[in-house]
Amino acid sequence: MSSPTAEPGQIPQRLGTFKAILRIYPYAKPAMPRIYLGMVSALLAGIVALLIPQVLRSLVDGPLKTGDAAQIWPAFGIVLILGVLEAALIACRRFFVLQPGTRVEARLRNALYEQLQDLPVSFHDRWPSGQLLSRAVSDLNLIRRWISFGIVLLIVNILTILVGFFFLVSISWFLGVIFVICSIPLWIYGYVFESKYSVVARRSQDQSGDLATAVEESVHGIRVLKAFGRGRYSLDRFSEQAEELLGTEIEKARAIAGIWFWLLLVPDVTFAICLLAGVWLAATSQITAGELVAFFATATVLRFPVESIGFLLSMTFDTRTAVDRFFEVLDTPNTIQDPEHPKTIKKPLGKLAFNDVHFRYQDSAAQYADLIDGVTLTLEPGETMALVGLTGSGKSTITALTTRLYDVTGGSITLDGVDIRDLTRTDLRTHMAMAFEDATLFSASVRDNVMLGRPEGTEDDLREALEISQASFVFDLPNGLDTKVGEEGLSLSGGQRQRLALARAVAARPEVLVLDDPLSALDVDTEALVEAALRRVLASTTALIVAHRPSTVMLADRVALLESGRITAVGKHSDLLASSDHYRFVISSLEDEEAREAIERARQENDRTDKNDRTDDRTDKTEEGVAR
Amino acid sequence: MSVIGVEGEEREDHSAAEIKQLRDRSTRLLGSLLRPLRNRVIWTIFIVVISTAAQVAGPALIAFGIDTGLPALVKSQDWMPLSLTVVAYLVAALIGAFLISQYTILSAKISQAILIDLRKRVFRHTQLLSLDFHETYTSGRIIARQTSDLDTIRELLDSGINQLIQGLLYMVFIAIAMFSLDWVSGVVLFVALIPLYFLARWFQKRSNSLFRLTRVASARLIVHFVETMTGIRAVKAFRKEKRNEAEFGALVEDYRDANGRVIQLFGIFDPGLILIGNLALAVVLLVGGLRVASGGIEIGALLAVLLYTRQFFGPAEEMAMFYNSYQSASAALEKISGVLEETPSVPDPARPIDLWQAKGRVTFDHVRFAYREGRDVLPSFDLEMPAGQTIALVGSTGAGKSTLAKLISRFYDPTEGSVLLDGVDLRNLHPKDLRRAIVMVTQEAYLFSGSVADNIALGKPDAKREEIVAAAKAVGAHEFIESLPNGYDTDVNKRGGRVSAGQRQLLSFARAFIADPVVLILDEATASLDIPSERLVQEGLLTLLADRTAIIIAHRLSTVAIADRVLVMEHGVIVEDGTPNDLIAGTGRFAQLHAAWRDSLV
Repeated sequence: MSSPTAEPGQIPQRLGTFKAILRIYPYAKPAMPRIYLGMVSALLAGIVALLIPQVLRSLVDGPLKTGDAAQIWPAFGIVLILGVLEAALIACRRFFVLQPGTRVEARLRNALYEQLQDLPVSFHDRWPSGQLLSRAVSDLNLIRRWISFGIVLLIVNILTILVGFFFLVSISWFLGVIFVICSIPLWIYGYVFESKYSVVARRSQDQSGDLATAVEESVHGIRVLKAFGRGRYSLDRFSEQAEELLGTEIEKARAIAGIWFWLLLVPDVTFAICLLAGVWLAATSQITAGELVAFFATATVLRFPVESIGFLLSMTFDTRTAVDRFFEVLDTPNTIQDPEHPKTIKKPLGKLAFNDVHFRYQDSAAQYADLIDGVTLTLEPGETMALVGLTGSGKSTITALTTRLYDVTGGSITLDGVDIRDLTRTDLRTHMAMAFEDATLFSASVRDNVMLGRPEGTEDDLREALEISQASFVFDLPNGLDTKVGEEGLSLSGGQRQRLALARAVAARPEVLVLDDPLSALDVDTEALVEAALRRVLASTTALIVAHRPSTVMLADRVALLESGRITAVGKHSDLLASSDHYRFVISSLEDEEAREAIERARQENDRTDKNDRTDDRTDKTEEGVAR
Repeated sequence: MSVIGVEGEEREDHSAAEIKQLRDRSTRLLGSLLRPLRNRVIWTIFIVVISTAAQVAGPALIAFGIDTGLPALVKSQDWMPLSLTVVAYLVAALIGAFLISQYTILSAKISQAILIDLRKRVFRHTQLLSLDFHETYTSGRIIARQTSDLDTIRELLDSGINQLIQGLLYMVFIAIAMFSLDWVSGVVLFVALIPLYFLARWFQKRSNSLFRLTRVASARLIVHFVETMTGIRAVKAFRKEKRNEAEFGALVEDYRDANGRVIQLFGIFDPGLILIGNLALAVVLLVGGLRVASGGIEIGALLAVLLYTRQFFGPAEEMAMFYNSYQSASAALEKISGVLEETPSVPDPARPIDLWQAKGRVTFDHVRFAYREGRDVLPSFDLEMPAGQTIALVGSTGAGKSTLAKLISRFYDPTEGSVLLDGVDLRNLHPKDLRRAIVMVTQEAYLFSGSVADNIALGKPDAKREEIVAAAKAVGAHEFIESLPNGYDTDVNKRGGRVSAGQRQLLSFARAFIADPVVLILDEATASLDIPSERLVQEGLLTLLADRTAIIIAHRLSTVAIADRVLVMEHGVIVEDGTPNDLIAGTGRFAQLHAAWRDSLV
């Protein structure tokens, strides 16, 4: 195996492990009494199980030796009672640890979720949701199983082994020592195996994850694959990945086969040696027949606790990893928080001002300039400002800064004169509402999705918002406004989702409306209708609109031109058209005389070269095509 | 109502005949998966039988050692019987352990062979199925078939079946051993099977519904979690956090409750098993003790039957669990077999015609098309697209433009009539030639995980780096690619959020460019571009489209400028057909559209 494996001798790390796991103690604290009770029950159950062979011992050396059949009945009665007691104690253990495990798991899960929702968007940019999901689901499941049975059995089995060892030695110290010496390699090997195995197991998990990704892509990208006839190609790639996974699974099976071999062989060899030694001891009268019988019965009871130690240890180490991964998220400091002494805006007007705003991503290389590089801009109350610029000039970033999805790295943004960092995030986001180009709908009814920002709004507000965004299609959905959409519901087209997202922003009735290219997926006719309706809303609301098309720009009172993170011009559309080359370049379409001429020129050239081809029945072209 | 293919998959109320139909279908699939492995399966079963027998031998050998070896040693100092027993013990242990480990590997190989066969079959078939299937069946379900459903089958193969076979054999061999050691104890064991049977039945019934409950609860938890994390911007912007916490908290509680009930069930079942085992043990002790006292059996035999009794109930728990994994796996297999039963509505030709040197003439011959019979999207029409012509398709949403395009690229087959390329019906054309000749670029520019270069090279898998760069340059994507952290080798998934929709579209143009088809269809392919990029692309298009047939669908009339011919569509009918200049000069629909569009530009 090429991967690094944990060596059994790493005692210091083991101490660290328990300390690391202890970090969940605050979450587990209320459950501790029950866990202790569970341990006590389990230990008692183990001791009861070990007492049965002792009854056997006195039975064999007593009534059976003397042939006194009547004396067998009391022994039967004791075994019966012990048997019932063992079952009852195991039921008790199950009962005691049932609540703690699941409760702690639920507590951890809620804490993780709350922290994740609170962490800024920049955190989510770095962490794919799959990574977070595995923490929220499989890691926490592991922690639950460890609490409700891993740690309980680890401690109890060790104690049971110690008690059992005492019984074995009390029967015959010689046999007892043989048994213990022979079981030591099993612990070590079990532990080494489990740590090695978990490496392969993790690899197999990763590879099945990759395989699932391949499946998802082949389904989501089916149109592309079909359009290019790449079904065969993607099948080949998929097969390759599937074969890799198969290889890992077989490797996993080999590892399991290895541990099985020793797990079965070592105890049996131990038994064989003990049989040899035990019969000899009995033959030389050093032990009685009853003691010999009791020894094997006790050893059989101890077989499971002994075999389980390696597995339980490795489970403990896996749990440590799971706990670490959990705290990795929980320890992440939240860089965007509510202020200690939040201010409020008494009478919000909606004056939004950018004062020398700078922004760069934390992980961007030093040689790159700030993504937003000193933006100063003021939107008067009620004003609509269009933000125009090339892809990558920072338009969307500016919109994200206004609601503190990211915090500025320099300068400040103020709303009605108050720095937005001095407002609570809830207040700020009540004053401002956003619609994103990439419209997200949640698994809820149309109604809930639209009224997300204003749950107390009336039916009329809802209808008005839908009307403005031209989303009347929702009335034709199977359950109208109550139709469930999102991941678990009806799937809508990009344009439909965008209109609902716009309706959501409008329905929130904010002082400031921030729209990040909210109409990109609409067709021309719908776009025109939405724009007409939006005008009414925008008349009274401050708005910042990212725009690609001249028609959207027409909604705005003024336009700000963004060029590599800086505002290079602000003014009316017509003024900018006249004064700024870059603006003309960005916004004016092909009708622009210059561009048109260029096209005409290119066109004529093409025509000239093409004509011959076409009249010649295109033989040149096809030959060319073949040659290519 | 029917259960053919994936139909009726979501229903729970199958009739007896339908259930049989579904079962038969799964059985056939299972048979076809197992048939090639028949010899290996037989060999593996042989091995597991021997190994289990060897494993069960232990207590009987201890009995022999005590009952025969001990007296021999005491009476005549004869070590022979004891040594033989110990050697037999060691040999049995070695054989048992070795064969079990072999069995572990062999059975893993078999189940992996079954799995990979099934995986490939479903994947291949999914790719073969036509778009209409994908559109109605939804991506989520087809992905679930290939991931979670296959996982449940894997679980059954990995542990379920192994545990069942081993557990059954183990119990059978122990019963045999007990009967041969002391038939009375054997009878006790059989009596103990009665309560065991009822306990297992009860557990099966309860656990089946509880496990389903857990799965549902965990699935809902996951959906909510993923939705929150992927939509985190909207969550924050609209202050959904508190409401989400309440919703998620409720789902966590449901899941906790469901899990708690499963654990509780085990909390009854497990001690129940131990109770039955211990009662049996006590009775065997009594009966065996009396038999020893009356001289019926020796002490060693008593020990052996006691040890066997203690071990007998071990596999019972795992065997009870088998039913669960069997149930979910057979449900999964039913669904998978349904997908495999679907036939592509756009099948590959039985005797394909090769068309190596396609010229690019597209003909619609009496074509009629309806997604559902009775509602024609395209009423019967004829259309001729000469090779090399650039055609713009214009019309409002729902006029049938995209449908027309999908017929040319054979995403669908016409309901009536035929679409021909260079006079060959697309239905008879070799798929390879068809896809080489005709390529469609759509608005949704999907990127696969991998580098930027990989994504462009999808259009031509053997493309060299220079060709890729040339293609990117031709569509004006080179500059932004160069500005990415690793240029052409940048992984599109990392930082995928920072490749904009427009840039994705440029990449999909480059993909089409490098594929170099004779017929190129652009369906709203420039919608997400900003104006300067669109301008660049259109200039590029002039060269790109010069020597091939092109069909361009665009809402924005700017694109029409580069067309040789404009088709205006309304309600599935081509209402105008002519050069752009002729149509603009006229008084038809296009002239109106064009005037309105010019006004909007200002």
